[in-house]
Amino acid sequence: MRAETAARVRTVLGHVMLMFGVLATIFPFYWMFVMASNTTADIFAYPPKLVPGSHLWENMNKVFDEIDFWGSMGLTIVAAVSATFLVLLFDSLAAFAFAKYEFPGRRVLFWIVLATFMIPMQLALVPQFVTLAWLGWVGSLKALIIPGAANAFGIFWMRQYAQGAIADELIHASRVDGAGFFRQWWTVGLPVLRPGLAFLGIFTFFQVWNDYLWPLIVMTDPGKVTLQVAVQQLNGVYTTDQSMVITGALMSVIPLIGVFLIGARHFIANLAAGAMKF
Amino acid sequence: MSLTQALRGRAAKPPPDGSKPLPGWRRYWPMYAAVSPFFLLFAVFGVFPVAFSVYLSFMSWDGIGEMKSVGWENYNYLVTDPDFWQSITNTLIIWVLATIPMIFLALVLAYALHTTVRFKAFYRVAYFLPNVTSIVAMTIVLGSVFSDSSGLLNSALRAISAGEVGWLSDPWAMKISVAAITIWRWLGYNTIICLAGLQAISSDVYEAAKVDGASSRQTFFRITIPMLRPVILFVAITSTIGGLQLFTEPQVMFPDDSGNVGGPGGEATTIVLYLYQQAFIFNRFGYGAAIGWALFLLIAVFSLINWRLIAGRDEDALRAPKAKAKGKGKSRAR
Repeated sequence: MRAETAARVRTVLGHVMLMFGVLATIFPFYWMFVMASNTTADIFAYPPKLVPGSHLWENMNKVFDEIDFWGSMGLTIVAAVSATFLVLLFDSLAAFAFAKYEFPGRRVLFWIVLATFMIPMQLALVPQFVTLAWLGWVGSLKALIIPGAANAFGIFWMRQYAQGAIADELIHASRVDGAGFFRQWWTVGLPVLRPGLAFLGIFTFFQVWNDYLWPLIVMTDPGKVTLQVAVQQLNGVYTTDQSMVITGALMSVIPLIGVFLIGARHFIANLAAGAMKF
Repeated sequence: MSLTQALRGRAAKPPPDGSKPLPGWRRYWPMYAAVSPFFLLFAVFGVFPVAFSVYLSFMSWDGIGEMKSVGWENYNYLVTDPDFWQSITNTLIIWVLATIPMIFLALVLAYALHTTVRFKAFYRVAYFLPNVTSIVAMTIVLGSVFSDSSGLLNSALRAISAGEVGWLSDPWAMKISVAAITIWRWLGYNTIICLAGLQAISSDVYEAAKVDGASSRQTFFRITIPMLRPVILFVAITSTIGGLQLFTEPQVMFPDDSGNVGGPGGEATTIVLYLYQQAFIFNRFGYGAAIGWALFLLIAVFSLINWRLIAGRDEDALRAPKAKAKGKGKSRAR
């Protein structure tokens, strides 16, 4: 009887602690909405307004007046979708080859892929920018899409996935039918890899969407920037109208939260599984 | 292992259709073609820039005019540059303020989640949410909460008649603010990783401990924590690599149009932020390249220290759970 009570107390304590964590996690989102739907005067008053107001629409219109919101959003979507598509294409091809085929140098090449993982690329920020300048890509969408179009993390992760997911017999059967490597990748590999591709796709999409330092450096034309940089432009120059700035921030995260909530369970399970392979 | 064996076995067999194997190049070119995009891109945007940054760090260059060789001058300047050393100190302080409480909290929360049956999926999603939302947007929001004069935090402190804190102006409070944002963003991520590690520990071990009469405290410190070592190592190394490259939070939190970075007195200037300022605001490309190498050295040293501290102590204890964790990961991916 006593042990049972103790266990129940422990369960309740666990939930209290977890709920406290959830509150701390969720509160900034709530507060973002409160600030975005009130006027700056309201949120900076003492005591501040703690509930949502009715000025959201007005604040949104101010954002549209100050920055080319839809332009930046469009540019960010194009960059994120193109980069995601290329990452899925190149990483799944490479992972399929590394996981399921023997070819001279396979081991060494895969080790190189893993080794590149370990290098912090911020180290080469300046020469990367110079390289891009020499290619004439500074200020162009190519700068956001191409350099990261095939990445070590994705190849590593997809290879692990492909090793377990694709049965050798399927490849054999396909080869008997006369299919070459690329046809096998298309007809045998991709259908089986689909859940893995979904995870890597969402992951890459978030990464490109949220990236800040790189677009800040390479998108030098102030009228052609990603959403993150546009929101920060709002923050830098118009700091006095805080609720308008926060509204811009809110508008920039809503699509992300939507995408995340749709695929959340699957995404989290895969991410944790990836870390366990470390 | 099993895969390489399987591949070898297959290679030894004659092709199923009975034809002669194709000569090397014709047989293997599709595989090389498949892996080549990564290597091409890495050569152009990885190897070349890294090699070029060695050269660049011995140059004086504003990015437009002519490059001038200056020998070791950038490095000589670097070791005596007080702003550079300040950025290192700031980064390390913020890193400690963020990482140590975060790993501790992540372990506690993961343990609570592990022992909880209900609402698990809800907790996981809620905890993970900060990690996928934009750092820029959320830093703006939290920066406003931390605002000195009229932020929510100081209003709350005023309401309970506690002293207000210069969250965005006091040297220590500024670092705490930046660290708090980092914790907010990464705590859930690390909790989920630790939770996966906890779930990978076989229940047999716990049963055995119970039979031996171990208390729950003993079980936690003698079994759970040691078995979690590889996961803690992962969390520590990724937090180190991420923490030493901190940029967005301090850059967004202390906006300035005049070229200054890192807020009042540059007290929140991190290494990457300093690199950004020198290279891309002041156009000192050669010096920026030298700072990049200093950063690289720092990350290498700290990753090694992490490794020694967490993994090095007794490697045998590490190996067993690591193999287990790997097996678990694979089966889940399937």
